[in-house]
Amino acid sequence: MFAYYLDLALRSLKRSPGLTALMVLAIGFGVAASMTSWSVFRAVSGDPIPWKSAQLFVPQIDNWGPSNNPLSQGEPPNAMDYADATALMRDHRAKLQSAMYQISPSVVPAEATKHPINVSGHAVYGEFFPMLDVPFQYGSGWGASDDTNRAQVVVISSKLNQKLFGGANSVGKSVNIESHDYRVVGVLKDWNPQPRFYDVVNSGGFNSQSDDVFLPFLTAIQANMQNDGNTNCNAVPKESGFVGLQHSECVWIAYMAELDDASAVSTYRNYLQGYAREQQQNGRFGWAPNNRLRNLPAWLDNQHVVPSDTKVSLLVALGLLLVCLVNTIGLLLAKFLRRSAEIGVRRALGAPRMAIYAQFLTEAGIVGVAGGVLGLLLTCAGVASVGWVMPKDIAALARLDVSLLLLTLLVAVVATMLAGLYPTYRASRVQPAWQLKSN
Amino acid sequence: MQIKPILAALRRHRLATLLIAMEIALACAVLCNACFLVARRWTMIQINSGVDESSLAVLTVNGFDPNQAADVNARMLTGLRSIPGVQSATLISEVPFGPQTGAAGVTHEPGDFKNLIGVVDFVLAGPGTFKALGLKLVEGRLPQPDDYRPATSFLPDDAQVLVTRQWAEHAWPGENPLGKDFWCDKMHFRVMGVVDHYARAQPSQYDLQQGEWTVFTPVVPGGSLAGTYLLRARPQDVQRVLQAARAAVPKIAPDVVLDQDNSKTLGDLRMNYFKTDRIMIGLLLGVVVLMLGVTALGIVGLTSFWVAQRRKQIGIRRAIGATRGDILRYFQTENFLIVTFGIALGMLLAFVLNAVLMKFYELPHLPLYYLPVGALVLWGLGQLAVLGPALRAAAVPPVVATRSV
Repeated sequence: MFAYYLDLALRSLKRSPGLTALMVLAIGFGVAASMTSWSVFRAVSGDPIPWKSAQLFVPQIDNWGPSNNPLSQGEPPNAMDYADATALMRDHRAKLQSAMYQISPSVVPAEATKHPINVSGHAVYGEFFPMLDVPFQYGSGWGASDDTNRAQVVVISSKLNQKLFGGANSVGKSVNIESHDYRVVGVLKDWNPQPRFYDVVNSGGFNSQSDDVFLPFLTAIQANMQNDGNTNCNAVPKESGFVGLQHSECVWIAYMAELDDASAVSTYRNYLQGYAREQQQNGRFGWAPNNRLRNLPAWLDNQHVVPSDTKVSLLVALGLLLVCLVNTIGLLLAKFLRRSAEIGVRRALGAPRMAIYAQFLTEAGIVGVAGGVLGLLLTCAGVASVGWVMPKDIAALARLDVSLLLLTLLVAVVATMLAGLYPTYRASRVQPAWQLKSN
Repeated sequence: MQIKPILAALRRHRLATLLIAMEIALACAVLCNACFLVARRWTMIQINSGVDESSLAVLTVNGFDPNQAADVNARMLTGLRSIPGVQSATLISEVPFGPQTGAAGVTHEPGDFKNLIGVVDFVLAGPGTFKALGLKLVEGRLPQPDDYRPATSFLPDDAQVLVTRQWAEHAWPGENPLGKDFWCDKMHFRVMGVVDHYARAQPSQYDLQQGEWTVFTPVVPGGSLAGTYLLRARPQDVQRVLQAARAAVPKIAPDVVLDQDNSKTLGDLRMNYFKTDRIMIGLLLGVVVLMLGVTALGIVGLTSFWVAQRRKQIGIRRAIGATRGDILRYFQTENFLIVTFGIALGMLLAFVLNAVLMKFYELPHLPLYYLPVGALVLWGLGQLAVLGPALRAAAVPPVVATRSV
């Protein structure tokens, strides 16, 4: 029977080829245009890691309390103090996570003739590199044991590698940082994401100087490497110096965690809640838990790092898809509503309502699927051609969101099927005799 | 033209009419908001940097010890000035469309951070830089040799500065800015002159009205003023001079590292800086055109369909005396009514959309004049789209009325 309906549908569609083509093209172009522009918009939207930003989260813990912070409107501080950051790292509840702070150590080149240079960098945990998909030219990051053992290892930028080692593979060589020898374990490729999303609080989001060194967090703390970023305090630290800062409630540490799905997020949320309650019970916090756990786009938005109108552009891309869908539905409706005579004849000859539904759904389905397939092909062509229309760095960020594409295709097909269903429903309600007589 | 029969006919096609109207409404909302975005970005791209972009280039080096800054400056300036074609080589901390180095909040009273006037870009500049930039002084005086102060930390403790007109109007609305004081924490500044235009390093990170909040600060070279050099040459020489300068850096100062990304002509920096804005404008316009095209095709499709469906009725109307013009106008009026309905819905939608965006994304208000302009465009589009099918309807001969089915 399906083959027969297919045949009928094709005949019907062939009767008005222009209209059919219009419907298929509208769906195809709608899907392709909205998906392509979505991927490009996302690339230029200031999201530096669009393929992963929804899985990266920034936890905030209120260690200052409501009274200390009337300006923040109930928001916790935007960085962490040493106690909370190290406690969260110790508990290690996310898949990947890293506390980090900005450092600015001096590097002494091997040749005695050259002057020591000041470089900027971050003290991070080893999971920082896989979490942020940091690209390596040589070697890799360090392991968890290097973190706990406070190993003297370092990851350097390609720029610093150029300066110190002439660009050669320097893995295993040693670098003198603040008069200690560190073993190079990895050399990064050119990597300077804008905004510097892993530490927006310290860089204000955008920073011209790329990070040149990455040291293990605990190693840097042990080596007494000062924080080079912002330090915010609600009270003067009781003890002086860097150790005093570590014992204070001052916030100066950025934190990021990778949570892959909704259940991981809610588990982590509960964990933060439990942690803050524990602090409340043991008397450190005199207030109820007040935490935030934002994913990266929401965090960048909260810190006013990403220009706001890019989101509107995404809505514009979706608006285009909606217009195309409404267009197709309108045309399908107009076409099907005229077919009541045909339905009358089939019903009079004994076809049950279900058979009428099946026939029209087949016809609408053909339009929907044809439009969807066209849309899929055009989207692939569109995203592929982004590379030679746009500058290279933009094109590299423009990746296709496969799940979103599938969703769009599904919406397109279901919408056309629904458009086919309504006229059929109306036509099949009416007594067959009525429709036969009226002509 | 009687509207009643048209409404009666439309009532029989309620769903299709509603859908076309909805399509128009969506198109209207998207059109208004998209054009608004394009206009905002376009204004930003057009920003007047106030400097002679075509004659300027910037060269940045780093990787030297801060204690060596004065020595590096001296060697670099001598080396750069000896390159043929260089009209001047001077020190500057940042240039328009380059990396931002010195943004800070300033106040009317020392350390009064609760009452911030705003966040400005402090451009530290060595002797000769003002002339090299080609800034236009509108009031006050140029920096004299003893105006150049040492900047030990990031800014000098006490300095006479030049500000832009935009900043002056913001900080001292309606007053003469000359001689006015302002503070950055405990550091004191006094306005000695006002320049016409001077864009800050990263203007598009600020509001449109804050793109020129720049403070030109004369500073003695060394300390925090080192490593970034402004080269001036004739427009046709700039590219060549910059290449020569980049090639000369390893010879002039073997101990520094040339910052490849930030050693460009100002023209290239500007091109690069607004790259994504241009892409966004192109894409948004593409989306708008595509959407208008799809909407027009939808109207053509549906009207053609209705014309085919009503051939017999058209024939009857023609047979009892309606002229071709009557038929043509019938379809045109029908389209006008549907589009009007859609536009009414669309304006509401555009405004709601804008209000929501404003609430969540701090986007400015959609200017009201966008709505009538959008309405005119859609009316025009509807009439254009309906013309073909309507002409076909008008061509239906009266004899059709006498044929059965």
